[in-house]
Amino acid sequence: MWNYIPHTREDKERMLEALGIKSVDELFEDIPKEVRMEKNYDIPGPLAEDCLVRHMQELAGKNLHLGNCACFLGAGVYDHFVPSIVDAIISRGEFYTAYTPYQPEISQGTLQAIFEYQSMICELTGMYVTNASMYDGASSFAESAFMACSATKREKVLCSKAVNPEYRSVLRTYTRFRGVEVEEFGYKDGQVDLEDVKGKLNDKVAAIMIQSPNFFGVIEDLASIAELAHSKGAMLIVSADPISLALLEAPGKLGADIVTGEGQALGNPASFGGPHFGFLAATEKLLRKMPGRIVGQTVDTEGRRGFVLTLQAREQHIRREKATSNICTNQSLCALMGAVYMSAMGKEGLKEVAKLCYNKAHYAMDELVKRGFKRAFNAPFFKEFVLIAPKPVKEINEKLLKEGFIGGYDLSGQYPEIKNGWLIAVTERRTKEEIDRFVGIAGGEVR
Amino acid sequence: MKKPVELIFELSKSGRKAYSLPACDVPEAGEKIPEKFARKIDARLPEVFEVDVVRHFTRLSQLNYAVDLGFYPLGSCTMKYNPKINEAVSRLPGFLQLHPYQPEETVQGALKLMYDLEKMLCEITGMDRATLQPAAGAHGEMTGLMIIKAALEERGEGKRKKIIIPDSAHGTNPASASMVGFEVLEVKSDERGNVDVEDLKKLMSDEVAGIMLTNPNTLGLFEERITEIARIIHGAGGLLYYDGANLNANLGKARPGDMGFDVVHLNLHKTFSTPHGGGGPGSGPIAVTKELAPFLPVPTVEKEGERYYLDYDRPLSIGKVRSFYGNFNVMVKAYAYILTMGPEGLREVAECSVLNANYLLKKLRDYFELPFDRWCKHEFVISGNRQKKATGVTTLDMVKRLIDYGFHPPTVYFPLIVPEAMMVEPTETESVETLDAFAETMISIAKEAEENPDLVKESPKNTPITRLDEVTAAKKPVVKWDFEA
Repeated sequence: MWNYIPHTREDKERMLEALGIKSVDELFEDIPKEVRMEKNYDIPGPLAEDCLVRHMQELAGKNLHLGNCACFLGAGVYDHFVPSIVDAIISRGEFYTAYTPYQPEISQGTLQAIFEYQSMICELTGMYVTNASMYDGASSFAESAFMACSATKREKVLCSKAVNPEYRSVLRTYTRFRGVEVEEFGYKDGQVDLEDVKGKLNDKVAAIMIQSPNFFGVIEDLASIAELAHSKGAMLIVSADPISLALLEAPGKLGADIVTGEGQALGNPASFGGPHFGFLAATEKLLRKMPGRIVGQTVDTEGRRGFVLTLQAREQHIRREKATSNICTNQSLCALMGAVYMSAMGKEGLKEVAKLCYNKAHYAMDELVKRGFKRAFNAPFFKEFVLIAPKPVKEINEKLLKEGFIGGYDLSGQYPEIKNGWLIAVTERRTKEEIDRFVGIAGGEVR
Repeated sequence: MKKPVELIFELSKSGRKAYSLPACDVPEAGEKIPEKFARKIDARLPEVFEVDVVRHFTRLSQLNYAVDLGFYPLGSCTMKYNPKINEAVSRLPGFLQLHPYQPEETVQGALKLMYDLEKMLCEITGMDRATLQPAAGAHGEMTGLMIIKAALEERGEGKRKKIIIPDSAHGTNPASASMVGFEVLEVKSDERGNVDVEDLKKLMSDEVAGIMLTNPNTLGLFEERITEIARIIHGAGGLLYYDGANLNANLGKARPGDMGFDVVHLNLHKTFSTPHGGGGPGSGPIAVTKELAPFLPVPTVEKEGERYYLDYDRPLSIGKVRSFYGNFNVMVKAYAYILTMGPEGLREVAECSVLNANYLLKKLRDYFELPFDRWCKHEFVISGNRQKKATGVTTLDMVKRLIDYGFHPPTVYFPLIVPEAMMVEPTETESVETLDAFAETMISIAKEAEENPDLVKESPKNTPITRLDEVTAAKKPVVKWDFEA
């Protein structure tokens, strides 16, 4: 007997009798003999619950986790504070053991929560519409390129080298097979090199794709880039950090046509890179080009407000090969975490988080510069910044790890042109004491 | 009856807060955000206190139906029980609180779990290597097709731009093919619900890259001529893609690798019990033959001595399909499930899911049209056509009535080749008593359709809201809260 399977021997006998067969094997006789499996899988188990827990604890125990160290590593995933109510809410079986709300009469909980999530994301980004979520920041960035190509009937995009390398890598994979061309342009003092963009922009380009704050933490001049893009009939696609949008102007107000981003910072644990969620928001003009699920408000037969999956004629289960995207299952529960987080932090709380990040990051940078590190760029930044270290970053990070710190991202692999470049993230969770100790250890590496 | 819930924005009152943050312990930054970049008007997020947030979302949750509440026979979605212990172990800080760029020596436990899970999935599918990177089934399909395309291009066969897909396939199959720049050729189903092999032969040419198949297929029927199909495709230089949506029926019974498939995707959120989360997160690993392994996304997880590491140095790789390594926390749950069940347990899963489906079909077959009369696998498709012709009560009406009786409807109007389709997948985690109760309810709804059609057409009644106006929702879209109203 198995605790997840209810069939007693008598149950099985009764069911087989109802079917007029002697053995369950008869139900599998249409599997050709040459592919029928006669032996057991060579895998471990079964494990009783207590043994499983011990095994899992042992595995988890081999990892150093963020609860036991101070993390100055960001580069796309951030150690932000998550209020306990987030996990309490998403641990409700009514949320996490349901599926896509195909039957609205018994899915209003999920549907309304997504509608609220959509409203909050639109508010932060300054856009007209967003969907119920994408897989992550990288895939939503890549899918937005297809939206722009479809809307402009062009097949090339320009992408900034200051965009997260993971996103650019995913963009390359997605576009390569679909036949969309990607050309990258450079950065100058950590920001988009407008001259380089001008040289590459023409009326074949569907979109200029940037990130702000970008991979270096630097805030981009969205309005200027939007103006440039629109002058050639191209769109502006921005990948944004949602926390930063509490303090930074909504990209929609500055001319962005599509705003995407990684939602992890909104209440999702780092979780070794996933699951998190991607968001994708756009102007009204692009409503019917959106990938994925969208929840809309309507009324029932009694005139009461209710919510449904809407504009489904864009989606794969209706349009098949002509759909705007193949996405079906998304990251709904992670987006719900985002919605609960944004509800908990609210208008003031999100600003406070953003200000704490901003002030602490600037404090850490100032202190490190005092100890002999050089600032790589003078452009304004949000919660992450690049320093030039006096020696290979790997050596400094190793020293820090011994003292219980996870050091910043080593830029030498992706940006060898920034010699000994060190990307440091400081969230609201880092205390002054942690920053001072971090600075002390790192400063000790400067001779 | 549960009442509709106000929107969180309607609870908002200036001055309330639901968070607590420490005071700033560093001096205010000297460098200010330049005025032209600074936000002018605050984002109007709700201002509520903590009890509001908790009650609001708890009340919302109560408007949902879920596996934890009852029978959820949503065909092709495998809505089996989601074990609680998997939730608990996945929340161990040593799994939940890891940064993906931490030094490898600090995440050896996580890498070992991924390495071992890959090995188990390869054994279960009969394949050689796998990637855990895709975030969902459709994402896996796209990744698998990219691997096929890259491998064909590498062989100098880039002209193979067509993919064959059965007329019974999920919508994601043709949509994924388009994402990868393939043209779709549709192959018909025969009178037994299988791929029409004669039609398939006609479609074959040197422009065909391969075929995407679900087996058992979306009718819940095993493709009896699968080995012949594999010979035809391979003989013509194509490759076979296995959509793992229905793998539950094959556990311990038949492996896609042995059937001749070259690429296989799995849905950890279906077969391996991880929760569906109201629409995700899922996880859609891809397993491949050794010939296709060089094309897998980077990084792969490798082992050298006792050390695990991430390998990015794979020149033929298609690249990355998402950030980092995939939905790691979902992998933890699937890994825990596989260890809990072991080889015998997984075979029991397939046997009981197939037994349940056939038992339920037996009970219902006299009351509904049955398009294909065979042993089914883990799910079956019946049609509401008889009721529709008799009294105009549609499949949609009948499944809405099912809601009034406390059940989640099956998948409806799919597959497209069966009119008024109802696709029922009971899974192995449901008892004979539940199946009996569901069957009795379905039979009484069939009677109601005959005797009191209006009652069925007006259902559901026992829900917080009745049927919604979907036409207006699409014509005049309201997709966010109107703060000005």
